[in-house]
Amino acid sequence: MKPPPFAYEDPDALEGALTILAEHGDDTVVIAGGQSLVPLLNLRLARPERVLDPRRIESLHDWHLDSNGLRVGAMVRAAALEASPRVASEMPGLHRALVQIGHPQIRARTTIGGSLCHADPAAELPAVLLALDGRVTLASVAGIREVAARDFFTGAFTTARRSDELLISAMFPTFPGRVTTVEVCRRSGDFAMAGAVVALQQSQAARIALFGVADRPERVADAESALVAGASAADVAAIVRGAVSPRSDVHGSATYRRHLAGVVVARALAELGA
Amino acid sequence: MNERVVTLNLNGRRARVRVEARTLLSDALRHELDCKGVHVGCEQGACGACTVIWDGQAVRSCLALCPQAEGATIETIESIATAGGNLHPVQRAMREHHGLQCGFCTPGIVMSLVAAYRSGATADQAKHDVLGGHLCRCTGYANIRSAIDAAWTERDHG
Repeated sequence: MKPPPFAYEDPDALEGALTILAEHGDDTVVIAGGQSLVPLLNLRLARPERVLDPRRIESLHDWHLDSNGLRVGAMVRAAALEASPRVASEMPGLHRALVQIGHPQIRARTTIGGSLCHADPAAELPAVLLALDGRVTLASVAGIREVAARDFFTGAFTTARRSDELLISAMFPTFPGRVTTVEVCRRSGDFAMAGAVVALQQSQAARIALFGVADRPERVADAESALVAGASAADVAAIVRGAVSPRSDVHGSATYRRHLAGVVVARALAELGA
Repeated sequence: MNERVVTLNLNGRRARVRVEARTLLSDALRHELDCKGVHVGCEQGACGACTVIWDGQAVRSCLALCPQAEGATIETIESIATAGGNLHPVQRAMREHHGLQCGFCTPGIVMSLVAAYRSGATADQAKHDVLGGHLCRCTGYANIRSAIDAAWTERDHG
């Protein structure tokens, strides 16, 4: 099918975009890479009055990596970060997540801001942001605010972004240990049936963020503290299985997804040498 | 604001097209710009038949609104063989190894492989990651993989 009619605006300055959102935010969708939105438009599951394309706003295409982490503009493409040797070496958990997003032909267009705002429960990047205690920067005509990842993802395809706000950048902090991302899907390129971002600094700090097993990415605090206390991978995986309550859908039953949550965490811990 | 004039660098030429903003890049290429080699399969990003090369990267043209491509350099299958009819090494290998049956998915697969061939991707990356982004319902994958091996051998040891 084809998208329904809409008004289309592509301002070349942030102020212009924020003015449009201030006046028409409730009836406007923002198109970033379009790899999730355009299918929704084609299937007419989305029928916005107005589409706002911020691609001409240059500042949204910048990214900067330093010892604190990666500050990435909303319109930066997954493929651009994937191609960076520095991202691969300094943010390996993020890099492992990037290469598992869809296919290369999708990642050439996928944007970081689009993925975070779309907030698919099975998407990789929201879970990475949550695992790294990252945050997003939202702009509106009223000003700028930062929202922590743990407060940003509020449900399936739902975030704390107000309709008058534009996500302009995200901050993925570095972690003083090793980080990886593991997922299981039926075919390469599919959304994960279960996935985990695991960060570990031996006996000092651990983070476990799951995706694909709840309506939003979620941390498993009990499993994190067990890991810091030296629990075995098998015990940590058991805690994870006990902590999640996934739903059944066409891609997998609740029982199978619960099993997979343990599998992906155990595999991640094996990769991290734990 | 519903109509836009979009300028592309299409297959080495400047192309201007007036479209409704909601027009998919795939439809603008097929219906307005006579690139009928852009095949439209699923229109939801699953099949890869509509793949074109956009600023050097293989992308699905059904997942972009035409106005998003303003100023972009777009290559379609029509530009891959030379004007004299010399096939690209990927096309030659696809023909020699019978890498197609009905041919519907073929232009998209060739565009992805040409982008990978140019970018320095390995044959393994082409066979797994790149070909993974395409559906071939004639189940011709084995022969496509043979074609990739042949084309990449020519590229790397030719």
